[in-house]
Amino acid sequence: MSRAIQIQGLRYRYPDGTQALDGIDFHLDAGESVALFGANGSGKTTFVLHLNGLLRGEGAIEICGLPLADATLEQIRSKVGVVFQDSDEQLFMPTVLEDVAFGPLNLGLSPDDALTRARTVLKRVGMAHALERAPYHLSAGEKKRVAIAGVLAMDPEILVLDEPTTFLDPPTRRDLLTLLRSLPQSKVVVTHDANLARALTTRAVFFDQGKIAGEGEVIEVIQRFHWEYS
Amino acid sequence: MHHLVIDRWSRGSSPLHQRDPRAKLAALLVFLIVLSTTRPAAQAAFAGYAVLLFLAANLAGLPIGGLIGRAALVLPFSATFALLTWWSGDSLRALSLAEKSFLSGMAALLLVGTTPLTGWTAALESWRVPRMLILVIQFVYRYLFVIAEQAQRMRWAALCRGSHKGSKTGSFRLAAGLVGVLFARSWQRADGIYHAMLARGFRGRFVPAAPVPFRSSDAVFFFTCLAGCLAVRILL
Repeated sequence: MSRAIQIQGLRYRYPDGTQALDGIDFHLDAGESVALFGANGSGKTTFVLHLNGLLRGEGAIEICGLPLADATLEQIRSKVGVVFQDSDEQLFMPTVLEDVAFGPLNLGLSPDDALTRARTVLKRVGMAHALERAPYHLSAGEKKRVAIAGVLAMDPEILVLDEPTTFLDPPTRRDLLTLLRSLPQSKVVVTHDANLARALTTRAVFFDQGKIAGEGEVIEVIQRFHWEYS
Repeated sequence: MHHLVIDRWSRGSSPLHQRDPRAKLAALLVFLIVLSTTRPAAQAAFAGYAVLLFLAANLAGLPIGGLIGRAALVLPFSATFALLTWWSGDSLRALSLAEKSFLSGMAALLLVGTTPLTGWTAALESWRVPRMLILVIQFVYRYLFVIAEQAQRMRWAALCRGSHKGSKTGSFRLAAGLVGVLFARSWQRADGIYHAMLARGFRGRFVPAAPVPFRSSDAVFFFTCLAGCLAVRILL
């Protein structure tokens, strides 16, 4: 099986001196889904921001066989779609349709093709009724769907989901889970939600103070690190 | 929030909305040049410019009251210079300063109220305005929304904790604290938005989703505006 992500010795220090990542080795196979667990501030979000070059630390990162470098940044950003924790940060265009078309337009698609793709993806995530609505007037669940549509419209090979179920009520979580399970992409899911990880991923990696403290099957990692509050 | 309303206005379908942004930008430029070169004594001309703007607003289906209220936001800034001029004994010039700034604000609002952001910034780009300046305009416009939202949330949080019951000195201290925190939070939020934009392939340029071709009706619109402005300038 080919590797979607291969990372060796990743280190990153924030300008204030905080060592956020300290020698991370990580891999993700094509088609695989992995959960990233860990306490707040353990380095999970910093880690995923490296996957499409938003942060650049020391170490070797390969995405779908491409080494992460200035020359490959555009290609890599089209392969790795990041769905951020706070949908409000991801939805910045005046209408839902324009927001979802933002990525395809940046990829160089013609306006007609970009809008067609945006409509198709919005239909797929169940938001075809909201094309002309302002994103900031949607509910939290709808915003998350539009944010996912905005990433899917770029046709990525890898989906990175940072706390996808935050702010969502149980029925909306269930709908979102159904949607995510229907997507064929490889997935990296940053989450505190053990139920989501069990339902969506097969492997889990546990972060602790910028290092990987353990990895394995999801249930095994949950039990080993007591990652459930009940 | 003001710019949310303007965003909504800009998505109309009136004849003015359908004009090419380049034609509207050129008309705005003509209006501003004609307005700024009008003599302070020509008060009838200022009334004529106001009539032209009201006609355009009516054509665009924009609410006159909303336009006037938002254009009036420039008055506190121009009023400082107008007052100084007034004190130096030139009351007519002082009045014209306020009129010119208000009418300029109205005209600029008419442009952004009938043209989506991507449209008028694309028009600026076609005029070879430096990319950096256009980016600054685009980000300021986007981040205004972010800052306004943050400010509103913090104000609500302060009200929930009884900020309305304090003394005026306490309120001033609270406001100063809020501004500081607002700056830091807005910076964080803006950074997050910028990351999200980069993650979706942003390369320093907003690509308009629906570019409008320049038609003969756009040229007719521009020359009508030009003629209207010149007629008021020369005849009144």
